[in-house]
Amino acid sequence: MLYPFAVGPDAQLLARTGGGVIWVAALLAAILPLEKLVAGDLEAGMFDQLHLRGISEEMTMAVRLLAHWLAFAPLLLLATLPAAALLGLDGQTTRTVVLGLLAGTPGLAAVGLAVAALTASLRGGAALAGLMVIPLAVPILIFGAGSLARPDPEALLLTGAISLALCAVSPFAAGAAIKAAREG
Amino acid sequence: MQAHLVATDIACRRGDRLLFRGLSLPGRSGDAYHITGANGIGKSSLIRILAGLLRPFAGTVEREGAMGLVDDRLALDANHSLGDALAFWQKLDGCTNPGRALEVLQLLPLMDVPVRYLSTGQKKRAALARLLNRRCPIWLLDEPLNGLDADAQKAFETLIALHCSGGGIAIVASHQPIALPSPRTIDLAGYAA
Repeated sequence: MLYPFAVGPDAQLLARTGGGVIWVAALLAAILPLEKLVAGDLEAGMFDQLHLRGISEEMTMAVRLLAHWLAFAPLLLLATLPAAALLGLDGQTTRTVVLGLLAGTPGLAAVGLAVAALTASLRGGAALAGLMVIPLAVPILIFGAGSLARPDPEALLLTGAISLALCAVSPFAAGAAIKAAREG
Repeated sequence: MQAHLVATDIACRRGDRLLFRGLSLPGRSGDAYHITGANGIGKSSLIRILAGLLRPFAGTVEREGAMGLVDDRLALDANHSLGDALAFWQKLDGCTNPGRALEVLQLLPLMDVPVRYLSTGQKKRAALARLLNRRCPIWLLDEPLNGLDADAQKAFETLIALHCSGGGIAIVASHQPIALPSPRTIDLAGYAA
């Protein structure tokens, strides 16, 4: 939202770059909570106690994926509307951005969770997590923001497909990371 | 309450160090084990192997019956009140009447206090309350007396005795002397590699 204030009131420039800026904001919103997503509970022994109760790490991580998404994505979608007004996006573009975010944010959450679990037991893991998420999130960003440049829905569908694949893999990757952290 | 926890010929390796080997622990209903040994000899690792949280380097562990673990990690949300933090686990454990354990451990006056304000001993008592309310036959306790005052220690020793006489198994790793009902002591120094 600060972007139009920083760049200046050039309506054409704002409208052309606005959608992409919202996508970058989405990525940042997905990265911000990573520090507290897994590490605190790992240190507190939360996953050990859940394991003793027969709740697998994969299950725990799947629920956490949903919680992580709920924590940033709905608010982001809501904030997209005033941001679109500030950036001067037209109705069609705004709709594409919102649909794209709906398709892409689960994937961003999935990448974030897997990386947060991988780095949870490391010192300075949060800084590393930020660095690791960015390259993994690039495909979503390319197709999600790319959907703004093309009128057809293929890019949106591809974004959704990447998201689904990541959501399917992420709980297993994160669960394996939690188990590996115990052995370390 | 029928349960067993039988470890056969287990060895534990941490990093490239073999901590102990050839250890067997035939835990049957009513047994109390006291695991002793110097710091770093592998008491906590043994408890975690028995709990299934750590793979033994060799050997097998057979368990029948639910397990409860109390170690130095509290697993209670530090920002919630003690009552809410314990309620999370009570719901998971299907405990409908948590009051008795809270009374025995004198936690009732603390239920509104955020977990992060509790003292070491109070936190330990909270972890023990979760263990009691889990009503599981196998207790795995890693240094359960740390931070407890003399009265709480006595009360907890009585609780272990009750647990074992009811057919439960208690396995206590502690460097402090603890009064257990007919304890079998396992000194890990005897199994050091």
